[in-house]
Amino acid sequence: MSKFKKKKDGGLPPISTASLPDIVFMLLFFFMVATVIKEDNLKIENKLPSADQIEKLDKKNPVSYIYIGKPSSNYQDTYGTEARIQLNDKFASPDEIAAFIASERAALREELLSKLTVALKVDSEANMGVVSDVKQELRKVNALKINYTTRKGDAVSNNSN
Amino acid sequence: MAKRSAPEVNAGSMADIAFLLLIFFLVTTDIATDSGLNRKLPPMVEETTPPIIKKKNIFQLNVNRNNQLFVITGGEEKLLELKDLRKEVVAFLDNGGGTGTDACKYCKGAKNPSSSDNFQKAVISLSNDRLTKYKTYIAVQNEIIAAYNTIRDREYKRQFPNSGMSFVEANDKYQDPQTPEAEKEKLKEKLETIKLLVPQLFSEAETKSN
Repeated sequence: MSKFKKKKDGGLPPISTASLPDIVFMLLFFFMVATVIKEDNLKIENKLPSADQIEKLDKKNPVSYIYIGKPSSNYQDTYGTEARIQLNDKFASPDEIAAFIASERAALREELLSKLTVALKVDSEANMGVVSDVKQELRKVNALKINYTTRKGDAVSNNSN
Repeated sequence: MAKRSAPEVNAGSMADIAFLLLIFFLVTTDIATDSGLNRKLPPMVEETTPPIIKKKNIFQLNVNRNNQLFVITGGEEKLLELKDLRKEVVAFLDNGGGTGTDACKYCKGAKNPSSSDNFQKAVISLSNDRLTKYKTYIAVQNEIIAAYNTIRDREYKRQFPNSGMSFVEANDKYQDPQTPEAEKEKLKEKLETIKLLVPQLFSEAETKSN
């Protein structure tokens, strides 16, 4: 029986924390690699709807982003609660889209011009009216490749509420 | 001169520094959501006479301001639940009611003579109100694409039984940058065959403004 009593003598051995920095560094590197610095500062609410038939957006080709949604709470005094368009860092009206696409195209090499995709990041609560206006404007400037950016999830069940 | 060993640097605070950086990156990270439904807008053209399409080949879908779905197809008019949409669209596309030159070789549907002739003839027309919610619109788009994908998967498996994948998987593989170029070429050929067999004929009316 003395075998068991012996163990109690020394008390609990301290847990070695020598490998803690290694673990933390590993996590750190993961997040450093996975981080994408945000391109635009959102002034609108942007809760994307979900869908399950999604395709990856090809990052080799140029992508322009158009955000649509209700202005976030600190802008609601000035801009109201109706869904609005945000281009780059500011609110815009539908007729500014032509100029926006032109400036995006000006920054591209010629062979990539036809490959420009416009990603529409639209809040799920927005109305189709403003989205259709945007689509009409895009048709006018012949930017026909669009992508409705969504989260991955079941489209039908997320819609019932 | 006596040789002294260099004093050891205390590395005890290394973990703290690493934690600090870790928390910084944790807070600033947003995992990018860069996937979605790819669509092509119709080009802006001068008013031309629209092609004549037989009524039975149109699946006319309307989403109203209360996010309800209304369908006119195959001589029927009815309200539809979103969850039934995929099934209805598949049934419409796969109907194969055509005869003679319009006969559909691969359709497995009900062969209802008042519904669509074949894959190449069946058109889905979508219209919505300005007050329709965007999430409903996306759900409808998603269900229509899903219906097309269901049929394309089936046809892909029938035409290329040895490939061991479906249309969607093949398409994903085609778009994966890690797939070697030679394989991409082969996949592209197969995908194009299916896309020609089951084209996505999808028309969107301009949104009603009232």
